[in-house]
Amino acid sequence: MNNTAKLAIWRGEGASGGQWERYEVPFEPGQSVLDGLRWIRANRDPSLAIRFSCINANACKECMIELDGKTVYACTARLEPREMKLHPLSNKRRVRDLVTEIAPPAERFLK
Amino acid sequence: MNPDPMHVETDVLIIGSGAAGMYAAIEAARAGRSVFLVDRSLIGRGGATVMAQMTVAVALGSETPDHWSHHYDDTLAAGRELCDRRLAQLLCEEAPICILEMEQWGIGWARKNGHIAQAFAPGHDRPRCVYVDFLNTGPAVSKTLRAVVTRDKRIRKAGDLLTVDLAKVDDEVAGAVALHLPTGTPVTIAAKATIIATGGLTRLYQRNSASANMGGDGYALALRAGAPLIDMEFVQFFPIGHLAPRLIGMDPIMWDPFRYKLGGRLLNSEGEEFTARYGVSEDGRYVVTRDLATYAIIKEVEAGRGSPHGGAFLSFRHCSGAELRAAFGPVIDRLARNNIDLTKMPVEVAPIAHYHMGGVVADERMQTELPGLLVAGEAVGGAITEALVFGRRAGQSAAARATRMTAQPFRPEAARTSLDLLASGTDRTDINTAAMVASLQRTMANDVGPFRAAARLKRALVSIEEMVRALGERPVADGGAFDLRRLEWFDLRNMLLVARTVAMAALARTESRGAHQREDFPGMLPQWRVNQVARLGGGEIALARAPAAVEALAK
Repeated sequence: MNNTAKLAIWRGEGASGGQWERYEVPFEPGQSVLDGLRWIRANRDPSLAIRFSCINANACKECMIELDGKTVYACTARLEPREMKLHPLSNKRRVRDLVTEIAPPAERFLK
Repeated sequence: MNPDPMHVETDVLIIGSGAAGMYAAIEAARAGRSVFLVDRSLIGRGGATVMAQMTVAVALGSETPDHWSHHYDDTLAAGRELCDRRLAQLLCEEAPICILEMEQWGIGWARKNGHIAQAFAPGHDRPRCVYVDFLNTGPAVSKTLRAVVTRDKRIRKAGDLLTVDLAKVDDEVAGAVALHLPTGTPVTIAAKATIIATGGLTRLYQRNSASANMGGDGYALALRAGAPLIDMEFVQFFPIGHLAPRLIGMDPIMWDPFRYKLGGRLLNSEGEEFTARYGVSEDGRYVVTRDLATYAIIKEVEAGRGSPHGGAFLSFRHCSGAELRAAFGPVIDRLARNNIDLTKMPVEVAPIAHYHMGGVVADERMQTELPGLLVAGEAVGGAITEALVFGRRAGQSAAARATRMTAQPFRPEAARTSLDLLASGTDRTDINTAAMVASLQRTMANDVGPFRAAARLKRALVSIEEMVRALGERPVADGGAFDLRRLEWFDLRNMLLVARTVAMAALARTESRGAHQREDFPGMLPQWRVNQVARLGGGEIALARAPAAVEALAK
């Protein structure tokens, strides 16, 4: 039943610079993109940055990223056996890798 | 690589922005105090509150006549003689105030024939649970409180701010030291009163209904500052957490409201309703308490009558499609997108770590043993009702202290050790922090789960000590923004301390009571009608027994 997703992930710090890095992620049908990102952190590279809290419930709404150019929640997009391009939200300030500044200014420590 | 520390001064510091933290912030600001509300994640988004899909118990009396004393009696009965009666009374008596205030703030509790609807739930003697349709109670609580917090200019808010340690001057808590995750900036916070509202510890377990933030931060902060914890062995497992088929975009606790509304049948692999074998016959109703259902499911699995993935079946096949849609509307479509049709198939469910009943020792003002330190919500133990009532009370008590104090007790020396720790991080590659979290979660699930025995608990303590050694004294830090390895190092520092406390308390309690079940010590013993209190001293956890607080509050 195991499939492999080829994740191309935009990695880099701040607004400028960065590169695509590629990871092969084994998965079982039904697993989410966030499952895949967490697998990469535990098994390949823990320095990969992704913002999430609730993991599975789609309640915290923190894991918004772009998948193949479309905005998705990583926790509800499913892994597929093909190349999937993951990019930080392009309309938000980039922090690191897939993490962007998504809090309203009044809820940030530094505006 | 380490930016210079920044400094913030406030009357009241609140750590955690779930329901407890936000209610506390509103209450402290209402008393005229300045408030700094911080969260390691985003404000009002990352805790447990937003994930609570189901219901809130309150003696509102809108469905059938009720009085807080009935809610109190049910609470004590469920507490297996260990409840702090002062806190139980406070909870039951003041819950209606909070629920009605939430209604004024526009939460929109579900209504029936013009009154606020109250559903029946196991452990309660009458319909007592209010909710927001559909499966939207927690998000609605969060959104409502966040809107009030946003309007109040006396409340400064900061997400992405991880509290690393409390700052102490003599024996008083005088604020905290934090880390701003996006920039790596250390932050010192001076506060006349500090409230821990960080939620529980269910992230310690492999299968849990928590968010990634619930690693017991508040318990660890309190322990290291010298405040004791109580009842840490009592981790509540929710018996019917979703197990299979793979379901995404839903909280695994979602079957609870299904059972409230539609009953449902809990079946073993032979298709029988089995809870009667363990003392409670359900017959399609939802009456069995959580600890008994957890016990029953695990015993059925052990007896070879479990579902394929190692749980039980939950069936709603007796319900028509129309009934299901009337009860859960759009949720039925979300299930369909996961290829689940409840009219045709059962789902598999199994116990899942759900919330913590122990917590930081506090009195009825939510005051801990340490002056300047208060606590609220699941950090004291409990769920949404506790978050609202204890949050409100903690906010009042913190404001009262801040009003009394003319000067900040904070001194820069109070932050030095924690700032040095933050500055000592190096780009270690000898450990994978994400893998270590997963490893700890497996250890806790396998050896410190709902069913316990001395040999497995001791094995867990050995694993935990090995992980403490591997974690080492110096944080992982790569000097970059949003450094998740650095965050996880500090998380593991907390999680391992709390995991050790839970395992030690579970090993010491040589009986079975409520959520703490020992295979090697079945049955409840009268000599264990005591709470266990844990303190940290010289790097060691010390446990002491204290008689349960059986005195009710003076009327």
